[in-house]
Amino acid sequence: MSIGKVLLVISIMALCTYLPRMLPLALFRRKIKNQYISSLLCYLPYGILAAMVFPDIFSSTASIISGIAGTATALLLAYRKRGLLPVAVSACVTVFVAERLLELIGIL
Amino acid sequence: MSGSEKLCYNEPTIFTGGNYPMLTFRKGFKDGVPIALGYLSVAFAFGMLAVEKGLPLWSPVLLSISNFTGTGQFAGIDLISSNAGLWEVIFTILVINIRYMLMSLSLSQKLVRDMPVWQRMVIAFGNTDEIFGVCLQQKEPLTMRYMMGIILCAYSGWNAGTVAGVLAGSALPAMVRTALGIALYAMFIAIIIPPAKESKPIMKVIVLSVLLSCVFSYVPGISGLGNGWTIIICGVISAGLGAYFFPLTMKDEQGAVR
Repeated sequence: MSIGKVLLVISIMALCTYLPRMLPLALFRRKIKNQYISSLLCYLPYGILAAMVFPDIFSSTASIISGIAGTATALLLAYRKRGLLPVAVSACVTVFVAERLLELIGIL
Repeated sequence: MSGSEKLCYNEPTIFTGGNYPMLTFRKGFKDGVPIALGYLSVAFAFGMLAVEKGLPLWSPVLLSISNFTGTGQFAGIDLISSNAGLWEVIFTILVINIRYMLMSLSLSQKLVRDMPVWQRMVIAFGNTDEIFGVCLQQKEPLTMRYMMGIILCAYSGWNAGTVAGVLAGSALPAMVRTALGIALYAMFIAIIIPPAKESKPIMKVIVLSVLLSCVFSYVPGISGLGNGWTIIICGVISAGLGAYFFPLTMKDEQGAVR
């Protein structure tokens, strides 16, 4: 790809990322009164984030086994209401340890 | 319905004129630190991958500065390295990003009511999945200065990570890289689980969405739908049913403030 086309693609991408983020924020300025819609908007983030995490989290590491171990750690600590950083770091450490163990027994 | 009221607030009456003393720039910046740390590693991987794919060194950096999004940028370096057509670029990136419309709509309900359009347009640039997730945890209406704090912090992490990734090439050992792959997912879990513990309806929405999402990924035939669409469909169906079966009453929303 030529430099010109790379620049064009990056600009198009920026626009296609910014517009979906910007339009609803700029256009919806009033508080939504409709009970169904406001309930929907309250639940929607949870539905979306949950679908983003599962099942992709299992394949986010080198092996599905370490992925499951990391997920279990994150779920447990999140259930105990630990903060974002402790949960994320513990999940990473669990994955790292699990993958070394898997290497040791020759699975990975 | 205990619990869900904490998540959907009505504007408190004690503060007027958009003056919410809790949500300062400083607080926003502080809340942005875990996001920035997560971003460092993801953007690092992004920068490395872009170099590996043979892209010019400046292009991943420019992508991070101008796009500020994860999935879209990873797809972008594939598109660039495979010399994709412009329509393919537009379609792919729009499908990946269409979930942001729902997040922005949701966020629009949480901002202080009198926020001018230009401020909303600035905030929109920084409405990433993670920033949105953390904003979700705030009980007060979101102020411009809070949003600036969290966005600037996370944005710095994203760009610093990208530059470091480009410079380092593949200096970071693979075993560390794969362990970092789970960081952002774990953060999302930390965002959604505590509220779900308090509120049964939210728990049900989450479980339903996870089940649907697994069906979409594993059942042959519909698994080729693509991640962008899957996320929207799962989110809308699960939240739609949640809103139908567990509508929030005005009392729920008013109890939300404290």
